[in-house]
Amino acid sequence: MDKSTFEERKAINGQMHSRQRHDSAHKHVAGTADYIDDMPEPAGTLHGALGMTDRAHAEITAMDLSAVIAAPGVICVLTPRDMPHSNDISPSHLHDEPVLADGIVQFHGQPAFAVIAETRDIARRAARLAKISYRDLPHFTDITDAVAHGGELVTQPLTLQRGDAEAELEKAPRRLKGRMRIGGQEHFYLEGHIALAIPGEDDEVTVWSSTQHPSEIQHMVSHVLGVPSNAVTVNVRRMGGGFGGKETQGNQFAALAAVAAKKLNRAVKFRPDRDEDMTATGKRHDFLVDYDVGFDDDGRIHAVHANYAARCGYSSDLSGPVTDRALFHADSSYFYPHVKLTSQPLKTNTVSNTAYRGFGGPQGMVGGERMIEEIAYALGKDPLEIRKLNFYGEKGSGRDITPYHQHVEDNIIARVVAELEADADYQARRKAIIDFNRTSRVIRKGIALTPVKFGISFTLTAFNQAGALVHIYQDGSIHLNHGGTEMGQGLYVKVAQVIADSFQVDLDRVRITATTTGKVPNTSATAASSGTDLNGMAAFDAARQIKERLVAFACERWQTTAENVSFVPDHVKIGEELVPFPEFIKLAYMARVQLSAAGFYKTPKIHWDRATGRGTPFYYFAYGASVSEVSIDTLTGEYMVDRVDVLHDVGHSLNPAIDLGQIEGGFVQGMGWLTTEELWWDDKGRLRTHAPSTYKIPLASDRPKIFNVRLAEWAENAEKTIGRSKAVGEPPFMLPISVLEALSMAVASVADYRECPRLDAPATPERVLMAVERLRQTR
Amino acid sequence: MPNDRDRTDDSIRFILNDSEVTLSNVAPTATLLDYLRLERRLTGTKEGCAEGDCGACTVLVGRLAGDKLVYESVNACIRFVGSLNATHVVTVEHLAARDGTLHPVQQAMVDFHGSQCGFCTPGFVMSLYGLWLSNDDPSRADIEKALQGNLCRCTGYEPIVKAAEAAANARPSANFDPITAARDETIARLKALRPERTITIRHGEHCLIVPADTAGLATALAAHEGATVVAGSTDVGLWVTKQMRPINPVIFINGIAELQNITESEAGLTIGAGVSYSTAFAALSSAYPAFGRLIDRIGGEQVRNMGTIGGNIANGSPIGDSPPPLIVLGATVTLRSTEGVRTLPLEDFFIAYGKQDRKVGEFVESIFAPRLPTDELFAAYKLSKRRDEDISALLGAFRISLDGDRVKGARIAFGGMAGTPKRAASVEAALIGKPWTEETVRAAQAAFEADYQPLSDWRATSTYRLLAAKNLLLRFFLESAGETAQLRRFEGVV
Repeated sequence: MDKSTFEERKAINGQMHSRQRHDSAHKHVAGTADYIDDMPEPAGTLHGALGMTDRAHAEITAMDLSAVIAAPGVICVLTPRDMPHSNDISPSHLHDEPVLADGIVQFHGQPAFAVIAETRDIARRAARLAKISYRDLPHFTDITDAVAHGGELVTQPLTLQRGDAEAELEKAPRRLKGRMRIGGQEHFYLEGHIALAIPGEDDEVTVWSSTQHPSEIQHMVSHVLGVPSNAVTVNVRRMGGGFGGKETQGNQFAALAAVAAKKLNRAVKFRPDRDEDMTATGKRHDFLVDYDVGFDDDGRIHAVHANYAARCGYSSDLSGPVTDRALFHADSSYFYPHVKLTSQPLKTNTVSNTAYRGFGGPQGMVGGERMIEEIAYALGKDPLEIRKLNFYGEKGSGRDITPYHQHVEDNIIARVVAELEADADYQARRKAIIDFNRTSRVIRKGIALTPVKFGISFTLTAFNQAGALVHIYQDGSIHLNHGGTEMGQGLYVKVAQVIADSFQVDLDRVRITATTTGKVPNTSATAASSGTDLNGMAAFDAARQIKERLVAFACERWQTTAENVSFVPDHVKIGEELVPFPEFIKLAYMARVQLSAAGFYKTPKIHWDRATGRGTPFYYFAYGASVSEVSIDTLTGEYMVDRVDVLHDVGHSLNPAIDLGQIEGGFVQGMGWLTTEELWWDDKGRLRTHAPSTYKIPLASDRPKIFNVRLAEWAENAEKTIGRSKAVGEPPFMLPISVLEALSMAVASVADYRECPRLDAPATPERVLMAVERLRQTR
Repeated sequence: MPNDRDRTDDSIRFILNDSEVTLSNVAPTATLLDYLRLERRLTGTKEGCAEGDCGACTVLVGRLAGDKLVYESVNACIRFVGSLNATHVVTVEHLAARDGTLHPVQQAMVDFHGSQCGFCTPGFVMSLYGLWLSNDDPSRADIEKALQGNLCRCTGYEPIVKAAEAAANARPSANFDPITAARDETIARLKALRPERTITIRHGEHCLIVPADTAGLATALAAHEGATVVAGSTDVGLWVTKQMRPINPVIFINGIAELQNITESEAGLTIGAGVSYSTAFAALSSAYPAFGRLIDRIGGEQVRNMGTIGGNIANGSPIGDSPPPLIVLGATVTLRSTEGVRTLPLEDFFIAYGKQDRKVGEFVESIFAPRLPTDELFAAYKLSKRRDEDISALLGAFRISLDGDRVKGARIAFGGMAGTPKRAASVEAALIGKPWTEETVRAAQAAFEADYQPLSDWRATSTYRLLAAKNLLLRFFLESAGETAQLRRFEGVV
């Protein structure tokens, strides 16, 4: 036995709060990280393809699939009647989302059948041989069209109200009304949707699905097949990106693959082509915001009344909680003394829109920031000055209550903004830009500093729970599993750090394993930025249980008390004795200690009553701010982002390297949403931007030319989260609102900043040029 | 291997990483990506879009250019296997040493946290590897250019650019890099694979033809009237992967050395129809700097490595980027068939949307662009939603000659404004004979409305197209007067 002969190591490799590489980084660069399409296929695997319709709204009067079935290599076709139990995969349980369109087509491209064939190529070609006859029905793809034709909703709207907004708007010294259009966004995960279903005995089926929500895939597959959940196992090791696009949108592919696999007793894979993926799966919601804001001559807001109308597509999907979250963030970082906010989740003949990073929050905030801009231009002031005047106050200031009656208790926005304003030299640069614009004829510059405050928790309280499963094997190696999924965000390595830190072993002793419904049940989607908060704590709980048993064992064997037992780097220290971790585990096994535990966590404190619009839906808020400087060409509307400075709050970071990556990546993705990413439907209701050739996400050459990103290192979560860290997935997505506003300022320069340009999103070169023209004409 | 030559006329032969591949049964529509993933289970190369726009499928293809061995990044998703004869295909699996030690570009990507979801990563690694092979001191502009054809949705690119910088001069030892170490041997192997006769592969109704020279091409075209001539496949690739259009029979011309020549003379530049954008870049940018800057914004690096100026012309797209500047330069196009050769002005080649003056049996052999007199003004401006790797909303090319302060000659052509690349005859007329002043330019702007009635589509509305076209003329004037009238991301580079 080791009697303190080792020099005690100071630290393990992989502790919490240390910079660690993504656990798959080496495999990513070597091409050896397996995504579902890379896995060896079971012998006899068949391939599916969607049979898509080409009407935005129509009755199917006849569907002749004889040529499809007759194509060599085609095994079978699936129609709604082939769903064994149900053709319904509505995640909202409103029964408004069929696996396959049954009699009625509700958006251009909606799948009405599926082909199963020997190869993917055969299936895709055969799918185009169908002859479908339609009786066209009127279609509405746009928000204004939908409103003009009755404004049917896909789900219940929400109202948030505090004080008397109508009366205070009347009384306010100044009042402005406006409208802002905010575009949607395609996720453009690099790995498209995919599902591989492998039939098992009896009613069993195993599905590999590129999904953020294995439990929902499990529920949907079991519902469509008519088998209990315990017959369906869903696995995912990693996704090639998710961003919300794989929260509910994988259901269709998984259900079809599973139905075909059970019907044919062969493995079946569905991997839609990029164009099919972009056509048949939902996106970020577009919004039309009508705002009415009352304020005084200083710029202090008295009252806000706003309506957020959203293009939800043909079904409810997640549009209820998405439009709710838009309202939750319509205040951005500002106190509205009197407020009334309403949502309008509109039905349109477009693909059903869904979760996307920020989940409506970004659209809510963009609307809120537009109001600040309006006030600033109306008063001839720097928008930053208006922002500071309206920030939520400290606890007890009387200016800390949100439109949903939650008190903002952890407010650090003023500090974040002040620090960034100084670091980025905002005031001097703004002055220099205004000087530059005086003499530059064609090129104009703009600068803006915008804040972020983002509420963390699922607003459906029940989703705020998680499980983890930890085993230690006799050799001291650790097997980690939890309900969270890895889509690139670094969740797996962060949770592994929690385990490594708990047992004080090196990170490479912890094996990270694929998420599966068979190990941790009843999981929530890896969404709402909650992955680390929930699963990190659940894993911590599992480690705690095992450690308690190990300490009890040590006390008994070494005849000591718990305070003399500690986990130190790669060892367990009992009194003065250091036992290497593997040896200690082996002894514990021999002493019949249970070396496995299921951990569990539920977020405390939160509650939400949607009917009254009151509660504490968020456990805490994450904060941040950014300064963006841009140049525009006033002859063409082209622009460049010259410099960006970011200061962002992730609490006490669990992994600063991963968190920095989330911030930089979130920024550029959000910038794409607000600039070049435009979804465009033609008059037939067909989405024409359905591939990267037509839908333009940022490139390396679009990223800010100077890009300074810093974590607020002094920050710590006021709540008892894992390591006092904060969620990081979504909040940085809203930082680039400063890019939109900087573009707006550059436009405003052509009319000497006397008019708010009302630049809508996405601010494509065309929108920038048209805003320039508009302002030039009113000058 | 004395009998190798005899076997080449019924099979496609190339080197894949270390091993030689001979395929005698290959469909003309078979893509390199499917071959790698499905036949060889080299699954490091990913499919992200199947249209050459995301770069997840990037591999390097080495080819002999004369006696030199050149490696270029290409999109495996739209590269046909039939076009690979006598090349060296290098996939991400080839980079690491046998003991698993990562290549410096891979290690830098790990060290700088350049991957998140990892799906785009092998493609980025290959693009960075292509850059690493050709440039050991890349500027930020060089790096961004090398990455124009690679999309990443997670990282925001910053760590990838940093990795590229860090990897640039990491060259541990001479034999470390697999391509460098085997260069001489690879040259010898590829020389042995060069075909001397036309390769013809028939399989059922499929027919795939790889002529060895232009005479062979002319003969093949005469024999197969409906054949699809494929050079870079950056457009035809999508006919197959997206539209699933039949293209049979197919004639692959990318290996024909005669079509790869660029000849410079006093009179001008003659560019073979098979010359890629990348290869043409040096000659074009030295003769017409504004043209060079434009080429930098055509597609991504992979597309520029595959796509040809001949193809850009032959397929007659109204939004092809090279025709407008070539038209204003007064370029001519030479067509060949077994009947002979004819040459016509490029602008006459485009008859109407989808219709060109190319007779059955003819192929585009070369393009000739006259030298630009040093006292003439020339510019080409591309406008697109996204700056790089985007299809033009509109593209204007301008050329003015002055007699004193008066406009003596004016040639202006636009893409994206009509069914073909088209001259702005009314605008030209409104300029000629007038003083070259802002007043003249402002007056001439209205003439755009007579020349063009552009469409509205997802790239731009007709209103924007017309307004921006007018403004580009003003930009051209302002730049000629020395004003800063366009954005430059890097000094000296547009």
